[in-house]
Amino acid sequence: MYVAVKGGERAIENAHAWLAEERRGDTSVAELSVAQIREQLALGVNRVMAEGSLYDPDLAALAIKQARGDLIEAIFLIRAYRTTLPRFGATLPVETGKMACDRRISATFKDAPGGQVLGPTFDYTHRLLDFKLAAEGEVAEAPRAEPREEATPHITEFLQGEDIIQREPESEAVPGDLTRQPMSFPAGRDIRLQSLTRGDEGFILGMAYSTQRGYARNHAFVGELRIGTVAVELDVPELGFAIEIGEVELTECETVNQFKGSKTEPPQFTRGYGLVFGQTERKAIAMALVDRALRWRELGEDFLGAAAQDEEFVLSHSDNIQATGFLEHIKLPHYVDFQSELELVRKLRREAGEDEAREAAE
Amino acid sequence: MSDYNFAYLDEQTKRMIRRAILKGLAVPGYQVPFASREMPMPYGWGTGGVQVSAAALTPEDTFKVIDQGSDDTTNAVSIRKFFEKTAGVAVTEETEKATVIQTRHRIPEAALTEDQILVYQVPIPEPLRFLEPRETETRKMHSLEEYGLMHVKLYEDISQHGAIATSYAYPVKVADRYVMDPSPIPKFDNPKLEMAAIQLFGAGREQRIYAVPPYTPVVSLDFEDYPFEATKADHPCDLCGAEDSYLDEVILDDAGNRMFVCSDSDYCRCRREAGHVGRLGVETAA
Repeated sequence: MYVAVKGGERAIENAHAWLAEERRGDTSVAELSVAQIREQLALGVNRVMAEGSLYDPDLAALAIKQARGDLIEAIFLIRAYRTTLPRFGATLPVETGKMACDRRISATFKDAPGGQVLGPTFDYTHRLLDFKLAAEGEVAEAPRAEPREEATPHITEFLQGEDIIQREPESEAVPGDLTRQPMSFPAGRDIRLQSLTRGDEGFILGMAYSTQRGYARNHAFVGELRIGTVAVELDVPELGFAIEIGEVELTECETVNQFKGSKTEPPQFTRGYGLVFGQTERKAIAMALVDRALRWRELGEDFLGAAAQDEEFVLSHSDNIQATGFLEHIKLPHYVDFQSELELVRKLRREAGEDEAREAAE
Repeated sequence: MSDYNFAYLDEQTKRMIRRAILKGLAVPGYQVPFASREMPMPYGWGTGGVQVSAAALTPEDTFKVIDQGSDDTTNAVSIRKFFEKTAGVAVTEETEKATVIQTRHRIPEAALTEDQILVYQVPIPEPLRFLEPRETETRKMHSLEEYGLMHVKLYEDISQHGAIATSYAYPVKVADRYVMDPSPIPKFDNPKLEMAAIQLFGAGREQRIYAVPPYTPVVSLDFEDYPFEATKADHPCDLCGAEDSYLDEVILDDAGNRMFVCSDSDYCRCRREAGHVGRLGVETAA
């Protein structure tokens, strides 16, 4: 009999054994190595690092393998691992102005110091399935050029020189960390940006897209998009100076937004900012658009009731690990609360039926 | 044992959670924000309860986990195994032997004692959430003790349905101050919220902890002319014959035959072992 069944534990073990077998798939097909995932599915690896908030391509690749390619599941594995790691300290802010750029484009100026560098992009590829790849994927070496040695200046610096773009307020404050403090509202831009950079790519994309379609429209130009590596430096108290401990690949997007001025601000260009681990430009651009939409209060704009302007709405729902956990928990047994609802609905229907019968009799 | 710290969380994190618990006990029913950690199980699956249990457990404790009243539901098994592995504590299915009981959706039928802690898993800690989605607003309402909206909701239920149409997660007022969500327990369990044991509530995804100290008054919201009523299916348990326990309804066949059995599996087992037999039960007493 169902109620007497004592099998939860064995059922779970068997389910996990089956899952492991399914993950491996047909054993006559060669097993995928972590290195293959890291090298050949790098954009998936980048997304897992960005939303997992942990820069480690090997672990991200391992997580993707373990998660059977389910990136949200892989992000979850990385997050759960990340929380167990000890913290040695905080690095200095990375200097994206000194980034060694693989890609750097501006949609606002035809050319600028540093030039337009397309880099390894899907842009302008025709999206035609390449059936040759089904057979073999060996490629000829791409043409090479001398790398640019000097720093590539940010495009917005040129606008700032003309004092035609909003200046960002300087601050020495230590940014908050939403993984160490509970979220509270209003959150402040530091927490907003942290939340957006680790937020779900699909959610941030949808929010950004909604601003483009008129929900708190704020026409954005991609002032600059750059992808490349930056040095990570850590201040070591014993040494008394900062040392470079490694480098990370980042995507940075700065948008330049139309702005006719408000009650408090003169007409000028305004900014949105996106910064994400790895080559993740869709996410970085989307993040910049949402960041800009959320800045309505500081720029003296009106709240138009759009979702992308609503800090509590965006930040409370951008995290895919929270969202997927809560969404999927409805698979868990709910027969106790369902039973109480059953009894309530039966009772209400019985009473409604009695009322109707009484009315008919009258 | 394992490579993880006792009960998985590091000591700093446990200290942070214990502070939130103590604050919760000092201000009964108040939702204390805490920096919830990402646990190796999904949000919404008991991460709040797990973190509170991890902070409350000591190596000498005996731990019990129930989901829907039963020790054998899959997620209860999973959480129990997690603490067996990471804390190495003794586990039990017997309510009276447990010192810490983690629960989802039920309060055990047997009365708990001063030596026990009951830890609830909470999905949405805010009782006003479905009346006002904004946290900024609901916090204000709590601080001003502005609960009119909740009473209007209950009143509207009565005018529309002739009864208060809330059957689980039925709101309560704790120590005559805070309106609190008792987690999605059936309202049948609400009278048990006044008890001798410490009650701790953990909501991981929503980053809130709250508590009810022993013997604290907990009143289910109602009206003088529509008093609160703890309801259950109008049957005895078909296995143990109990008339006073909350029942699950089980569909037996496609002809609409059903049976009703205690949702608290340990309570039902104890009664059957004591010789009680229900309509469909069999003698199990030794």
